[in-house]
Parts: sequence; structure tokens; C-alpha cells
Amino acid sequence: MSDPQAVIRTTRVGKIYDSGEIQVEALKGIDLRIEPGELVAIMGASGSGKSTMLNILGCLDRATSGDYFLDGIHVNDLAPDQLADIRNRKIGFIFQGFNLLSRTSAFENVELPLLYSRHLEGQDLAALTRRALERVGLADRMHHFPNQLSGGQQQRVAIARALVNQPAMVLADEPTGNLDTRTSIEILATFQELNRQGITIILVTHEHDIADYCKRIIEFRDGRIIRDQKVAEPRAAARDLETGHWQASGLGERP
Amino acid sequence: MKWKNLIKVAFKSIVKNKMRTLLTMLGIIIGVAAVIVMVAIGKGAEKRIQDQIASMGTNLLTIFPGSMQSRGVRMGPDSGVQLTLEDVERLKRDATLVQAVSPMVRSGAQLIGGSGNWNTSVWGVSEQYLEIRDWTLSSGEFFSSADIRAQNKSCVVGQTIVKNLFAGDDPVGQQLRVRNVPFRIIGVLQERGQSSFGMDQDDLIIAPYSTVMTRLSGHAHVNQILVRAVSLEQMDQAQAEVTRIMREAHRIPEGGDDDFTVRNQTDIAATAQETSSVLTMLLASIASISLLVGGIGIMNIMLVSVTERTHEIGIRMAIGARGRDILVQFLIEAVVLSLSGGLIGVLIGFLATWIVNMATDWITVISPTNVLLSFGFAGAVGIFFGYYPARKAAALNPIEALRYE
Ligand SMILES: Nc1ncnc2c1ncn2[C@@H]1O[C@H](COP(=O)(O)OP(=O)(O)OP(=O)(O)O)[C@@H](O)[C@H]1O
Ligand SMILES: [Mg+2]
Repeated sequence: MSDPQAVIRTTRVGKIYDSGEIQVEALKGIDLRIEPGELVAIMGASGSGKSTMLNILGCLDRATSGDYFLDGIHVNDLAPDQLADIRNRKIGFIFQGFNLLSRTSAFENVELPLLYSRHLEGQDLAALTRRALERVGLADRMHHFPNQLSGGQQQRVAIARALVNQPAMVLADEPTGNLDTRTSIEILATFQELNRQGITIILVTHEHDIADYCKRIIEFRDGRIIRDQKVAEPRAAARDLETGHWQASGLGERP
Repeated sequence: MKWKNLIKVAFKSIVKNKMRTLLTMLGIIIGVAAVIVMVAIGKGAEKRIQDQIASMGTNLLTIFPGSMQSRGVRMGPDSGVQLTLEDVERLKRDATLVQAVSPMVRSGAQLIGGSGNWNTSVWGVSEQYLEIRDWTLSSGEFFSSADIRAQNKSCVVGQTIVKNLFAGDDPVGQQLRVRNVPFRIIGVLQERGQSSFGMDQDDLIIAPYSTVMTRLSGHAHVNQILVRAVSLEQMDQAQAEVTRIMREAHRIPEGGDDDFTVRNQTDIAATAQETSSVLTMLLASIASISLLVGGIGIMNIMLVSVTERTHEIGIRMAIGARGRDILVQFLIEAVVLSLSGGLIGVLIGFLATWIVNMATDWITVISPTNVLLSFGFAGAVGIFFGYYPARKAAALNPIEALRYE
């Protein structure tokens, strides 16, 4: 029944937020299939259910109906501790608001998932942490606190934290939401590089120009997928940074 | 997750919140320090009482009328049988393990003499009384057996009387009217100070029992008989002998109950010990309450910090912390806080005890068991009061915790 190919497969996943009297149906039967190595942008208006979907995919929240298979595992059946292990091992999650621990250095923030992991017995955690920070170009900022870092640097700390456990999949909820255009493209360059190394990436964004850097765009409206298409030729963030082409694209001059 | 990592996480969190850490520990610090000081003072009082009893002379036997339990509770209705001078004579004549015997007749009396008047108690005893109690005189002399036979109106006074009626001057040779009976002061007792129960042991006058019985108390029985055994080693035999002679004197048949009680210093010491132990317990329990309040303080701050740190807990869960990891982290934090609070409390307790020792004339005794106990209790308080907030933190749902701002 499960598909050995797909990293993610959902069938008629629904989510109803039930806060007493009011019930909000945030997702209405989502069927989705994502293969390994994809770079997917999820788009849609505010309130269309993007974050809800990403939280379910990231095993942070549970669907109220339908089935979710992650690497062939039926996630609906798992206990909270098993979900915690999946979050720790398989998924790197990047939050919209960075969600770094305050008064905690970049190094310690990135190290945290390693401290909670159960599969790294005997490995040099400090070396893993340093490598993740180097990967996002923050080797020289390791001992800074979040309030001593720029927004882009904080976001990269968050990316390093998502990468440190070497997950197969990275989920990012509006990773460029609070960043200026140049920094956004830099972040995307990092994502594209990771994707080239084989990591599956799903990111939520409002902006079409950001989505243009992804290989596939899925659009949500009112809890349903209304568009799902491959991008024939995604833009390359690294090259745009070199050429400054992103400025000409009009990305910087949006209202 | 490995213990080493959990401990690391907990310690980082403690170090990062110095103010919160200090406030949390404060209750425990005060509680533990209070327990240590209070118990040290209580134990000191116990020791003081013990020393005093030891200095009272331990080969002393006291005979009271009526039968008593060993704990000092009077049993059944009073038989009405009193101690008499005849009993004293019998003991003097028949007892072989007894070195000295004295009756004791007590009476309250108004004194007039020197510069005014004074209310005190008059003890009528024999010429052997000083020897029995190991007391000494600071001036003058004690009365003799001749004085007793002649019912002479001679007396020996305590220092309080000297202070209050004679302004501290040596009153030997002066007149003293005891309930209007003129007595001549022939000696002054050495100062003995306050008893462990706070009684003035110098506020008394001592006179021949014969004189006191005829002139003051007006009855033929005596209140107590004091006996000094020949040696400490033969106390038990002496007590048995005294009991046998007293039973003969009172014609108590085989199997009948005693109508008197013989007590040795060990009994009296035990009673005093009990009293002062109660005092120590009382002090300790008052101090324990403050330790408990300290524990509730820990719980309060931990609960606040669970709420305050909900977002942080959400982040930790999102990156793979299990509920148990969060639980253990919070528990370790609570235990580390209360144990280090306990340690600081112990140090402050020592310091405070030392200050009490310097600033007052109280004796203090720090008992190692008490220190260990209060330290252990501090740790237990940490686990107990840390558990509920920790459980609460561990039960959070990651996405809801993350949404909390
Ligand atoms: N905890 C919640 N309780 C009740 N309703 C919720 C909750 N979280 C989200 N919703 C509702 O579910 C719907 C989808 O929300 P979601 O956060 O997934 O939207 P989104 O697409 O991420 O929007 P945005 O682009 O603004 O972040 C919205 O109508 C929202 O009001
Ligand atoms: Mg959202």
C-alpha cells in the first residue's frame, strides 16, 4: 500500500481546529505526493492552510482525518515519543520567526537537536555542530547570541540547526518572510545547494519570485490544493547573486 | 537522550537565569539555615541541662512520698502515707551503702531583715545536707547536729537574699526574721546561678529541719528524704537497700505496692532530657515549616517558569525532545536548585550558629545527622515540588507550546 518511492504521501488529509464552539476546517482532503530530492514551494493566500499542512508534514501536529505516510511509515499510528524521534532524525524544521533560544549562543542553538538525539551514540557532537554552522557560512559567528546577529544570520542559524542531524527532509515555513531581498536570495541559494546534495525541501512562501527558485509550486486556497505544477526551469539563486540579476527582476521593488 | 546531555541542558538553563535561580534558592537557603541554627540551639540547651545534672552529683537518691511511675506520673489515689523523721532514723541506722541522709522540709516564708523584706523558700535539712549535695559555703559555717537537737534558730542564706536584703554585704552574724521568728545568719551559700529551667537557685534559706518543723511548717512529716550513696558504682544496690528499709519501716507486706518513690539522678536526668528534647523538636518543626515554604517557593517559580518558557519548551519539542526529556530537564533543574540552595543554607546555618555562639552565652551544638537530614530534605523538597511543574511542561503539545508567546 505504501509507496517506496515517495518521501511524503497523504491521502485526503483534513484538519479541523475545534476551539469549543467554533470549528475551522483548515484542510479539506489533501492528496499529495512528494518524491525524494524535490524542492517544493507551497503558496497561497493568508489563512489558506499552508502552515497547517507544513506542521502536519513535520509531525508537529496531527491530521484529524486522512492518512499520512512518511518514508512509508503510517504517521497517524505513531505515539508522541515516536513523533519526537522522527522530528529529531528525519526532519529539519525552520520556523517563520526563527525560534532560536534566546540568551543561547548560535553554537548551543545548533547543538540542541544533537543533545536530544538517540542515534548519534559516540559521535563528536561539537564537530557536527561546527560543520553545520560552516555549511551556512557562520563559522565565525558561532559564539554570538541571537540578539547579536542580523535577521539573515539568525535564519541561517535556524537552518544550521535544521541540518545538524542530517535529515532527509527540510521543511521551512516562510523562511524569508522577514528578510530583505538579497538575504532572501542568499537563503535560497543555501536551500538549492542542500537540495543538490539530495535533501528534499518544502518551503512555504507568499512571494512568487521566491517560488520561482523551486522545482515545483503547489498553491493552496481555502484548505484545498488548486494548483500543482512543475517549474520547467527554476532560477538559480547563486548565479543571480553573482550577476545581480535579482535586482533587475523587480523582486526588490515590490510594494 | 543521554543523562550527560540532559544534565548539561538543565545546567545551562540554570546558569542563564541567575536572578530566577537565586530567588528560587532563597526559600531553601533560609529554610535549611533556620533548621540548622534552631536545632543547634536546641541541642545546646539539651547539653547544658545534661552538664548541669551531671554536676548535681550523681550518687544522690531522693525519696518522695506516694508511689509514682518512672516517668513521674502519680499512679492511683494518694495513699496518704507521708515520710517521717522515723524513716530518716531507720535509714541512718540500718543502711550500709549510704553515706549521708537528710530530711527535707520545705516552707515558703516572708523574711524581714537588713534593708527590707523578701519572699523566699525555707529548706529544713540536716547537718549533712551540704555533703549530700556537694555544695559549699562562701562564708561562715553550716549548722551542726547540736543545732538540730537544740532546735537552734540558725540559718544559712543564698546569694539572692544577700543581694536583696543586705546589699551584697556579708550578713554573717546578722538577724533575720523568718515569718517573724528571729534567726541568726551563720553562713552564706556559694552562688549557683540559674537552673536550666530558669529558676534562681540562690533564692533560698537553709535551716535545721527540727527548727523549721516546729516553728515554720508546723507538721510532723517531711517532704523528701535525700540520701547520698557511698559510691556511684553501688547506686543500684544502695537504691535497693533504701527501698527495702523503707518498706520495712512502712510495714508493707510482701507483694504490696510501695507508698514512696526512690529516684536516682538518672531518672531525673531522663525527665529533663525529655523536656529539652521536646524543645529541640519544637524548634526543628518550626524551622521545617520554613523549609516547606521554601519548597512551595520552588514550585511557584517553577510553575511560572513553565508558563514563561512554554515557547522554549515548544522549540525543544519541535527539534525532537521527548516529553520525558523535558520532564527530566525540569526535575534536574529543581533538584540542582534545591541541593545548591541546601548547600548554601548549610554554610549560612554554620555561620549563623557561630554568630549566635559569639553574641550570646547560649551553648550551640551542630549535629551532623541534622545537617545531613536537612540537606537531604532540601533535595526531597526539590523533587517533590519540582515534579508537578515538570509534568506540566512535559505534557505540552509541541505546536501549541510553539504558538504560545
Ligand atoms: N490553532 C488554531 N486554532 C483555530 N484555528 C486555527 C488555528 N491555527 C490556524 N487556524 C485557522 O486555520 C486556517 C489556516 O491557517 P494557517 O495558519 O494554516 O494559514 P496560512 O496559510 O499559514 O496563513 P498565513 O499565510 O497567514 O501564515 C486559518 O483560517 C486559521 O484561522
Ligand atoms: Mg502560516
